This record gives sequence, C-alpha cells and structure tokens, in this order.
Amino acid sequence: MKKIIDFTVKENKRLNDDTILLVLYSSELPEIKPGQFVNVRVDHSPSTFLRRPISVHDVDVENGLLYLFIKIVGCGTSTLGEIEPGQKLNIILPLGNNFTIPSSGRPLLIGGGCGVAPMLHLSREMKARGLSPVVLIGTRTDKDILRKEEFEKYASVYYTTEDGSFGEKGYVTQHSILNESFDHIFCCGPEVMMRAVAGYANSKNIECEVSLENTMACGIGACLCCVTDTKEGHKCVCTEGPIFNIKDLKWQI
Amino acid sequence: MADLSININGLALKNPVLTASGTFGYGTEFQDFIDLERLGGFIVKGTTLKHREGNPYPRMAETPSGMLNAVGLQNKGVDYFIEHIYPTIKDIKSNILVNVSGSTVSDYVATAEKINELENIPGIELNISCPNVKEGGMAFGTSCASASEVVNEVRKVYKKHLMVKLSPNVTSIQEIALAAEGSGADSVSLINTLMGMAINTKTRKPVLSTITGGLSGPCVKPVALRMVWQVAKVVKIPVVGLGGICSATDAIEFLLAGASAVQIGTANFIDPMVTVKVIDGINDYLDQNGFTCVRDIIGLI
Ligand SMILES: Cc1cc2nc3c(=O)[nH]c(=O)nc-3n(C[C@H](O)[C@H](O)[C@H](O)COP(=O)(O)OP(=O)(O)OC[C@H]3O[C@@H](n4cnc5c(N)ncnc54)[C@H](O)[C@@H]3O)c2cc1C
Ligand SMILES: Cc1cc2nc3c(=O)[nH]c(=O)nc-3n(C[C@H](O)[C@H](O)[C@H](O)COP(=O)(O)O)c2cc1C
Ligand code: FES
Repeated sequence: MKKIIDFTVKENKRLNDDTILLVLYSSELPEIKPGQFVNVRVDHSPSTFLRRPISVHDVDVENGLLYLFIKIVGCGTSTLGEIEPGQKLNIILPLGNNFTIPSSGRPLLIGGGCGVAPMLHLSREMKARGLSPVVLIGTRTDKDILRKEEFEKYASVYYTTEDGSFGEKGYVTQHSILNESFDHIFCCGPEVMMRAVAGYANSKNIECEVSLENTMACGIGACLCCVTDTKEGHKCVCTEGPIFNIKDLKWQI
Repeated sequence: MADLSININGLALKNPVLTASGTFGYGTEFQDFIDLERLGGFIVKGTTLKHREGNPYPRMAETPSGMLNAVGLQNKGVDYFIEHIYPTIKDIKSNILVNVSGSTVSDYVATAEKINELENIPGIELNISCPNVKEGGMAFGTSCASASEVVNEVRKVYKKHLMVKLSPNVTSIQEIALAAEGSGADSVSLINTLMGMAINTKTRKPVLSTITGGLSGPCVKPVALRMVWQVAKVVKIPVVGLGGICSATDAIEFLLAGASAVQIGTANFIDPMVTVKVIDGINDYLDQNGFTCVRDIIGLI
C-alpha cells in the first residue's frame, strides 16, 4: 500500500560539491523493496511544480530511516540540498516495481554517477539473502566516488573513473572485472551507460535489469507521461518499472 | 455541515467535485490515498474505439506552475475498457463518467453506443478538445459546425448524461458552447488544455516529441475561470468548470463564476488527496459564510 508521509529530516549531508545524502525519519516507514522509488514534494521552490522521483538508496527498518542519495542538477534538487534537520519532507512511497533478487548465482551491480543510489539497498538485501554481490561503480573522477565504506560492507566493490584518478581508468564496460563470469547484472545510471552495459550482458547472454529514469508527473500510473517503448507497447516507468529486463525493451543493443 | 449535493441536468452528485480525465487514471490508482466514494464523481481516461499507443516519449514538460502533456490518448480501446476495467470499478458508489474521444464522427458514435450499455456509467464526457492527436480531437471542438455535427450524432445513440468538453483554443468559446447546447448536450465542461510548447536550449530541440502539447495546472486557472464565467452567462445547461484547481478556494471561485460543479486534474499529481480536501474546504466555506447549501453560491458574482 502506498502512503503519503511527512518525514522528518534527520540529516542532510553534503557528500561532495553536488551530491547530498538525506536521512529521513518516520514511525510509519512502509516495507520497501530494492529498486523502488519515492516521490518527493519540494516546497519553497517556485519553479518546481511537480514532485521529484528519487530512488531509495537505503532503509533502516528498525529505526524508521529512509536514505536518499541525490545529485543536485536543477532547482528542485538544489532546494532539497538546503533542507535542514528538523524540517519536514512530504513523500509518496513506495513506488514502482523492484529488482528481481536471484536465489543463487553471482550478481554484478553496476552504478554510474547518481545511478549508484539504488545499488546500496540492493546489495544489502542480496547479502542478507546469502548472495555475494559484486558492485562496480563508475564516475568521472575520484571526488564522485561516494558511500564507499557503505558499499564495502555488503559487496566486493570495484571502481572506474574517466580520468583514472581512482580505480581503473575508463568506463564501467571497460573494467577488467567484466572478464569474470556473472549470472545476473543490475544496472542504473545514465542511459548511454545502461545501453552499453545491456550490450555487454546481451553478448554474454547474462540476465540484465536496468532502472530507467524517465521524467514523471504523477508517479502512480495515472497520467501516462513516463512511458517507455517495450516489445509489448508503451509501458509506464512509474508502475511497470522503473526496473525493466533488457529483453523487454526495444533498445538496439 | 452544508448540503453539498447538486443535480446537473439529471446527473445527481453528492458534491460538486469530480476529477478530470487523463489525470486520475481509472480511479483505482488513488485508492490507497482517498475513499473514492467521497467524490462527486470521477471521469476516467480518454477512451477511443480502438487501442491507441499514444505519442512517443517525451510526453511531458514541466513549466512554472504547470505542465505540458502530449500523451495523445493512450488507451486500450472501448472493448478492453468494457471487459477488463469496467468490472473492477463499477461498484464504486460514485458517478463514473467515461471520457469519449475519437478521430471521426463514426468513431465517437460507436464508442458512445457501447458505453451506453454500461449500467453503472451514468454519463459520458465527449472530448472534442484534445490538442494531442493529429486527426480529430480538438479539430471537432474548434468550429461550431463540426462541434454540432459530432454532438448531434452522439446524442442520437447516447441516452444518458452527455457532457461535452470544450477547448479553450478557439476565438469564441461561447459560440462553441452554444453549438453544443443546441445539439443536445446536457452539460458542458471546460477547459481542456491550452496549446503550448517548450524548448530545451541545451539540445536546441523541442522538449515534447510532438513539439506542441497541452498546458494544465495552476497557470491556466485565470484563463479557465474567465471562460467558465463567459460560457455560464450564455448557456442554460449546467457548466462544469476546470483548469488549475488546487484548493477549495480555487473551486469556490469557479462556482461563484457560474460553474455547477468542478473537476480537479493536474493537482492530483502533487497531492493525491487534494479532492477530499477541496470537498471539506467547500463545506467549511459554506458553514463559515452562512450558506446552507452549495447551490446558493453558484453564479453569485
Ligand atoms: C525513478 C527515478 C529515480 C530517480 N532516482 C534518483 C536518485 O536516486 N538520485 C538522483 O539524484 N536523481 C534521481 N532521479 C532523477 C531526479 O528525479 C532528477 O534529477 C530530478 O527530478 C531533477 O530535478 P531538478 O528540479 O533538480 O532539476 P530540473 O530543473 O527539473 O532539471 C535539471 C536538468 O536535469 C534534466 N532532468 C531532470 N529530470 C530528469 C530525468 N528524470 N531524466 C533525465 N534528465 C532529467 C532536465 O532536463 C534539466 O536539464 C530519478 C529519476 C527517476 C525517474
Ligand atoms: C496528463 C494529462 C492527460 C490528459 N488526458 C485527457 C484526456 O484523455 N481527455 C480529456 O478530455 N482531457 C485530458 N486532459 C485534460 C484535463 O482533463 C483537464 O482538462 C486539464 O488538464 C485542465 O485541468 P487541470 O489544470 O486541473 O489539470 C489531460 C490532462 C493531463 C495533464
Ligand atoms: S508518471 Fe504518471 S503514469 Fe507514470
């Protein structure tokens, strides 16, 4: 069941120049599955009319905490960057479908830029279910490698940076870990990156799910603004996604 | 507790608050947030004779205080609606109206005829004002002759409440409203979206796949209110007002301007509970200002 909740901001932590981590509290935190997202109402930002969809980065069920990992790109996210502990944030959740956690095998989780957001919750959940996830994080430079210790709690983590300042130099699809064998790939990041990863998964015949970030208006399947083209026609990213198996998409890969 | 009920030309509403087509899905999308039976009614998605995929993504552009959409009437067609969706909503105790769209007069007629058979659908909203489909849609609503023709033909086969939804993209909305009234409409609703566009200066390309789209949300409210006032002055049938309503105050403005009921659209996206808040707010306003029933404030200005 979806809820509208006024969360209390516990912490708003700057992770680097343009990324924040919001820690939010509610006593009514519902069950959330990895890959699901929330829709945040941004108050005090006159040009931000619609809610902003943000992936669930992590949850702490025991303490009623929700973690959001947000890259500041425009007015809405800048306003979120200014929010202070004690303030309220009105959020609709949980939204969308979820990643399919396999019962066995070796999963590879690939996150690019703020696409790492949902991967923490996913790797935590996988580890809890006895899997040994491998996480591959790709960013532009070392300053964008964030939440490193957190990821390393649940997964073996590998890195690429475009300028070579941390991990291997290049794009995620060039990392040497891809020479090893995997049974499942889960990917979130810029669409060009996801398409490249999908191409790799396809060539190796590996099951691959990607998380799409289409622009949304309602987030609950009412407006049909967020559709993506699939083999079965237009599907709503907010209700039938955001997670799609690449076999269902019409990507030329 | 004021009496909120209103009868719009045979359609009995428990309160004057409906939801606007295309913004409220089939109602069930909002079930987790509100009790649908509290609504005066809800108008489901634009329904056409045949399945439509709608326009390609991107279909939405946010604007200050509003949004542009170019969904293009994506729906699975009237037969799918009757077989798969109607059974899941028919027992909701509210007025469920179907928004009927088409690209030819015979499409409209065939769709309306099928909906006429559905016992628990007390009316249709004839959409002659969709700016997002190439052929038909708004084309019917922008000239008196074509508006009259389609309303006339649908009237012949449709026996229940026939609401006709008007486009604001015309030189005189009063004339089109009169044409609809003269052709047998039981009520008119207005406004549908205003044609607009948005350009991404980074890519130097239009934001929407269709270049133009329909503007909705609070930014259109003053225009919508003006048109409702103009139309309510000239027609004898009830007027249903919409366009940018986000609060009880907004809704009351439309009622004062002459609307007998209102619809809430885009505001549902920001607050899925807005409809019940508006209903409660209208009641509070009536109580606080000494009105015993909502009918007393309609057209008061
Ligand atoms: C399901 C989903 C999950 C998401 N998860 C996260 C997350 O965990 N962390 C995070 O930082 N961001 C996430 N996003 C993206 C986030 O919603 C946008 O960055 C945010 O809405 C931008 O708001 P703004 O007002 O700051 O920027 P705006 O002023 O709205 O836009 C700034 C610029 O970013 C572009 N832009 C905005 N939204 C999108 C989009 N959805 N896709 C592509 N370009 C866009 C605009 O075209 C513009 O150029 C997610 C999006 C979706 C749909
Ligand atoms: C995403 C979206 C889809 C819409 N689809 C339809 C539709 O199928 N049929 C219709 O008559 N109007 C449609 N409309 C128009 C609305 O019903 C309404 O007339 C308009 O949005 C103005 O009201 P508002 O400002 O309260 O949203 C749509 C509007 C939006 C935003
Ligand atoms: S955002 Fe409205 S249907 Fe997906």
